[in-house]
Amino acid sequence: MTANSWIQLALFLGALVALAKPLGSYMARILEGKPCGLDRVLGWCERGIYRLAGVDPQQEMGWRTYAFAVMAFNLLGIAAVYLLLRLQGALPLNPQGLPGTTPDLAFNTAVSFGTNTNWQSYGGEATLGYLAQMLGLTVQNFVSAATGIAVLAALIRGLVRRSATTIGNFWVDLVRSTLYILLPLSVILAVALASQGVIQNFDAYQSVDLVEPIPVDGGEPTTTQTIAMGPVASQLAIKQLGTNGGGFFNVNSAHPFENPTPLANFLEVLAILVIPVALCYTFGVMVGDVRQGWAVLAAMFVIFIPLTVGVMLAEQAGVPQYAGMGADDVASATQAGGNMEGKEVRFGIANSAIWASATTAASNGSVNAMHDSFTPLGGLIPMWLMQLGEVIFGGVGSGLYGMLMFAIVAVFIAGLMVGRTPEYLGKKIEAFEMKMASLVILIPSMFVLVGTAIAVVGPGLEYTVGDEVKGNLNNPGAHGFSEVLYALSSAGNNNGSAFAGLTANEPFYNTLLGVAMFASRYWLIIPTLAIAGSLARKKYSPPGAGTLPTHQTLFVVMLVSTVLLVGALTFVPALALGPVVEHLQMVSP
Amino acid sequence: MLSQLRPAVVIFLALTLVTGVAYPLLITGVSQVAFSRQAQGSLIERDGHVVGSELIGQAFTGSKYFWSRPSAAGYNGAASTGSNLGPTNPAQLDAVKQRIADLRAAHGDEKPVPIDLVTASASGLDPHITPAAAEYQLERVARERGMTPDAVRQAVVDATEGRTFGLLGEPSVNVLRLNLALDAAQSGE
Repeated sequence: MTANSWIQLALFLGALVALAKPLGSYMARILEGKPCGLDRVLGWCERGIYRLAGVDPQQEMGWRTYAFAVMAFNLLGIAAVYLLLRLQGALPLNPQGLPGTTPDLAFNTAVSFGTNTNWQSYGGEATLGYLAQMLGLTVQNFVSAATGIAVLAALIRGLVRRSATTIGNFWVDLVRSTLYILLPLSVILAVALASQGVIQNFDAYQSVDLVEPIPVDGGEPTTTQTIAMGPVASQLAIKQLGTNGGGFFNVNSAHPFENPTPLANFLEVLAILVIPVALCYTFGVMVGDVRQGWAVLAAMFVIFIPLTVGVMLAEQAGVPQYAGMGADDVASATQAGGNMEGKEVRFGIANSAIWASATTAASNGSVNAMHDSFTPLGGLIPMWLMQLGEVIFGGVGSGLYGMLMFAIVAVFIAGLMVGRTPEYLGKKIEAFEMKMASLVILIPSMFVLVGTAIAVVGPGLEYTVGDEVKGNLNNPGAHGFSEVLYALSSAGNNNGSAFAGLTANEPFYNTLLGVAMFASRYWLIIPTLAIAGSLARKKYSPPGAGTLPTHQTLFVVMLVSTVLLVGALTFVPALALGPVVEHLQMVSP
Repeated sequence: MLSQLRPAVVIFLALTLVTGVAYPLLITGVSQVAFSRQAQGSLIERDGHVVGSELIGQAFTGSKYFWSRPSAAGYNGAASTGSNLGPTNPAQLDAVKQRIADLRAAHGDEKPVPIDLVTASASGLDPHITPAAAEYQLERVARERGMTPDAVRQAVVDATEGRTFGLLGEPSVNVLRLNLALDAAQSGE
């Protein structure tokens, strides 16, 4: 790794930590219903929405009502996106006249955006009109992220409250998170990105005259280039901030209009992690002890930093075969070197590797380089970061509530060691909480492994178009297996990135991945809210001699070990069949 | 619980208006006023008509031009894509081998070829090559254009974007801007 790579990584981490406290305490004010400054500007809008909806913001919900409201709102959103995609051919703001999508693609995409996964089965500029992008996808980018924050807020209230029956009002959490957290940050980021060259217009695609016509074998040379247009900056900003990740364009943030400069790249990759990082601080504020938040954040960084360095090292080391054939992949003052297949020159190795790690640690899933062309180990790490359950930062809100499930398991294991009933933040962790936490941890793993098994047994290897049989895999051998495993890991953990060579836009994968995304989102939200309800009802149990303090190094070690052990025991066999085998084939052909 | 259905519908519609209509329009308005060139795609004009975007690469094949990177999209700006070929895929290894052979034949030497010139970019629209890749092609371009290598090198330097603030990203040479500058320099003589 070059000296500059280390500096860029340090800058990125430094900026994240610096933003955690100011943004984290701001978000705590929003979720606790306190004045935040922005309510003076947008308060009329918030109050107007409650009035129209007939919501009394003071009236709180029990966990079942809260869960019902989450489900009703999300199902409505999924249905709306489905209809927008199916009918887009007849709707306005579609200057390219793109037709309505197939039912399976519409289902997959609607679930994908409703669940904050943002898996791209669609091809962006070649599939979606501007209205579908704005009214369908941009809206879900906001509200799916706000849903995550709301569920997190409910869980924290469950931890904090004593002998209570309610955990907050979903509508208030949803509206306040959208208006006061996601919207202002998106406005700032969108304008900053537009200044860097991200496009924002409603024009039809431009046709330009090429400087030099491109010869075509046996035909007239190509003299023009079509350049895609659209309202990109507005969608891009929330796509990054809301850990959504579904790109305006097919190649997502590798597209020069979606990520034009190194500064744009820095802001975008910062935006992936800034809210999940700051929410740890928010958690600390809301439970009345910021050390609790820092401890959880420390556990995340302890896993994140070495894995990020791992991707950087693997990609910088490059592919020995390329060098053996006569390519110069040594880093120097005039080139980044390393494995440049599927990477952009302006980002080189360091920025591509940092992004790959950040986007899979958080459940963002946007890409600025093609993970399918990474070296085997450079691709293994992003895949494993997803398989850890999207709890290392994870999705906005969802990452932290997932991590708190692991914290419950960690204190439970610690309790077993000393033979005492475990407590977390003064609440006894009993059989019901453990059952629910286990569900949250096991359901995604089940979908990843069982789904991969179903796909590679046969139905995920070939598909038919008309009479023609085509292969789903873009690469043979172990790498082909990695493509399938990556897809299920991504959908089953609501990430959304891909080994994009896999042809997933066909009925089998659209359906399988759609079901995996749906189950992994809502089957986690419901047990999480059930825990919130159960904890809220409990009395406060003061810490005793057998209590594991959850703000100290020992707890961080327990938490990190729990996450890594569950992730390793569940996925090492599958990883061995894919990237590990491929690595061995690459280094000793 | 059914009393939650009305808020679900109303709040969904209200937030759709705020985030799906008002927000994109606000961003469009601001960026069209403050950054109109960028918002429209950073287009470049020559002799009064648009010849491309500064941010979208073009394929160059003529020997008097600097060549862009290999592209899985054929530099079609309406269908971005990478190759998505893995490093152990025989098709990928054959492609890299062929590109190296072609470049060596075109440049008449056996030097190692900078990696970015023999690997396809992520977007298929990468507007840049590395300074190393420009240096690799420099003598050929100078010879074909009848320019001195120093004059061409100066044009390369002018089209090079260093790291932002000296720290972020990687140095890169904008191929379209470079080739346009060379054309302009020669037509000006």
